[in-house]
Amino acid sequence: MIAMLLAGGQGSRLGVLTSEVAKPAVAFGGKYRIIDFPLSNCINSGIDTVGVLTQYQPLVLNSHIGIGIPWDLDRNNGGVSVLPPYEKSDNSEWYTGTANAIYQNLRYMENYDPEYILILSGDHIYKMDYEAMLDFHKQNDADVTIAAMPVPIEEASRFGVVVTDENKRITEFEEKPPEPKSNLASMGIYIFSWPILRQALISLKDQSNCDFGKHIIPYCDSEGMRIFAYEFNGYWKDVGTLGSYWEANMELIDLIPEFNLYEEFWKIYTQQDRIEPQYIAGTATVGRSIIGAGDEIRGEVTGSVLGSGVTVEEGAIVRDSIIMKDTYIGKGTYIEKSIVAENCKIGDNCKIGVGEYRESELNPKVYAFDLVTIGSDSVIPDGVEIGKNTAIHGVTEDSDYQNHKLESGGYIIKEGEEA
Amino acid sequence: MKALGIILAGGNSSRMQSLSDKRAIAAMPVGCSYRSVDFTLSNMTNSHIQTVAVLSQYNARSLNEHLNSSKWWNFGRKQGGLFLFTPTVTADNSWWYRGTADAMWQNIDFLKQRHEPYVVIASGDCVYKMDFNAVLEYHIQKQSNITVVCAKVPAYDDINRFGVVKMDSDGQITEFEEKPMMAHSNIVSTGIYVIRRRTLIELLEQCNKEGRYNFVTDILIRYKGMKKIYGYMMEGYWSNIASVESYYQTNMDFLKPEVRNYFFRTEPRIFSKAHDLAPAKFNSGSDVKNSLVASGCIINSHVQDSVLFKKVFVGNNCVIKNSIIMNGAYIGDNVYVENCIVESNETLLSNTSYVGKNGIKIVSENNNRYGV
Repeated sequence: MIAMLLAGGQGSRLGVLTSEVAKPAVAFGGKYRIIDFPLSNCINSGIDTVGVLTQYQPLVLNSHIGIGIPWDLDRNNGGVSVLPPYEKSDNSEWYTGTANAIYQNLRYMENYDPEYILILSGDHIYKMDYEAMLDFHKQNDADVTIAAMPVPIEEASRFGVVVTDENKRITEFEEKPPEPKSNLASMGIYIFSWPILRQALISLKDQSNCDFGKHIIPYCDSEGMRIFAYEFNGYWKDVGTLGSYWEANMELIDLIPEFNLYEEFWKIYTQQDRIEPQYIAGTATVGRSIIGAGDEIRGEVTGSVLGSGVTVEEGAIVRDSIIMKDTYIGKGTYIEKSIVAENCKIGDNCKIGVGEYRESELNPKVYAFDLVTIGSDSVIPDGVEIGKNTAIHGVTEDSDYQNHKLESGGYIIKEGEEA
Repeated sequence: MKALGIILAGGNSSRMQSLSDKRAIAAMPVGCSYRSVDFTLSNMTNSHIQTVAVLSQYNARSLNEHLNSSKWWNFGRKQGGLFLFTPTVTADNSWWYRGTADAMWQNIDFLKQRHEPYVVIASGDCVYKMDFNAVLEYHIQKQSNITVVCAKVPAYDDINRFGVVKMDSDGQITEFEEKPMMAHSNIVSTGIYVIRRRTLIELLEQCNKEGRYNFVTDILIRYKGMKKIYGYMMEGYWSNIASVESYYQTNMDFLKPEVRNYFFRTEPRIFSKAHDLAPAKFNSGSDVKNSLVASGCIINSHVQDSVLFKKVFVGNNCVIKNSIIMNGAYIGDNVYVENCIVESNETLLSNTSYVGKNGIKIVSENNNRYGV
């Protein structure tokens, strides 16, 4: 079995966090990037051939994956291959949908001529043994197996829902149904028998925006193929919104988190660019937090997840926040409920995440949850005050703020696209 | 780079007390995230040395485990590579390494087959950063036969365990005394030498013929008048960890900002094997002051002026002071630790106390972790 990992998505609901990196390359849990989870699952499940399909802002993702050394995917035969869209003599197009992206890499798969193909997406936090799913697929003599997990019935309408018979064979699909008949939600993880997938992709090659959930699976169903649901009951988190992204990070801080990264079994691997220890100074107070390698903490940190190489200066207070790698937080600065992306510089004596609630003027669907979101490589000048539901990206100066203040709901986007 | 590297990592020292029971000194964990051999290995790779032989003998299991892949130091190359030589029985030889020169002599075929004109010989028990290209340039410029890298011994260390060196104004070594009772200077040999490969082969063969086995006493000191031996002064931090006091002090030195910046935040970096541990986690009872904490640690209580290596677990209501806790140690609830070095993978049972009263106490209890 070989795996095809869809990692081209923007993840637009993560706002400025994904204005320069694809969603699978967004940092998670102080050390990891989201794509580390499916990649580690692959190698832990014994899959050593993985095609990673990239499209949106691939620079960080490409350099993160490299030749796959951290995941032991640097192989003579197989290993990891990054597959961007490419020019063809007749028809050159971007990846227009999940299945279209796979179709455009038909030759990659034909090269390996596997028996089974595993389709993954690079957007989720979970640990899963794909080999167990393959066993299930073989036992049922299935053509297609879809991983599905039970969700609270009231949330099921946000997902693609599957209805199964007593043998777990799928009898019905509903895409985001208003009144779901089942609570089994599709996780976007599929195993196909290779001839079946090949045939379906070729039959639907002219379908615009060809998508697995919308087109391929209904096609297989209409052809009378054997489609089964593999029930997964572990931890699985879609970190598609700033709120769920923040929450999933915060859950790691729990005394014994549901999703435990400290177990020897089923390790998560990542490109580790820092290995130094962290230094907690005499002036520091650190409680209920995850602190990354090479950090220098001289201030107070509670309820937060800090990436590697972060500096928190004396007198600074960081609460309930996510601070990504190599960010610097100046003296006496107060930060609450914020997501600060990589390599930012926050000045001295700022107040971030304070003030009254107001809806975001930029995009209330994205910048909600009372969070302050600061994009990568941003600079915040000394002594400014930043309210809730705000977004900042780029090198800001004091003159960008009114009376040294950015009210709740406001935004300053000086770099990247306004998302 | 026109040199190959040899790392002498075979040794044991009674000055390490029980710390070297478990491992060769070169495999001692240092500075939270490293093992001591990482410093020499990283200096070699950062100086673009592509071929490195590590000669090990005493209790090499930890060292072998650490060096099981060469890719962390960028040695996994077609040109060059990382070689680990332990003594083996051959048709005409069944000796252990009888000394540093003998260790190299027993691998003389390796030396003969290589093409690099120079050899950098270093030990695996020092913490330092160094560009070996600069030493080699100096060696060539002075037309030296053997160049010995020298350093000032740190104030806390005992000079009598080193080779003490005196140089003239040109840098030529005029006196070299191995482990003298009375030292006549505070300049010591760091155990790093640069020598032409063919000269080394000649000297080793001669030495073996005469039944001599030690590089320092039988080559450096014996040939002092005959060969041009120069000293090269090392700049920056240098410490040899091969005694309990200096091991403790060296680790504690990393609490100083200048040492931390020098090793952790200044290029070139020191590399080590990746362990894929989650970042350190601080639970609600944690209260950490002036301490270094490595990845994979979980802390629930008070830690002060201490160095915690990888994957250390500190339970509730503990107090850890002025101590070094090596990797994988598990400390139960209500434990008091002061002035101690806690051995790796050690389990300290709940409601116990360990205090080093006169100097540093080495805690090695071999408790059963899962029996409690």
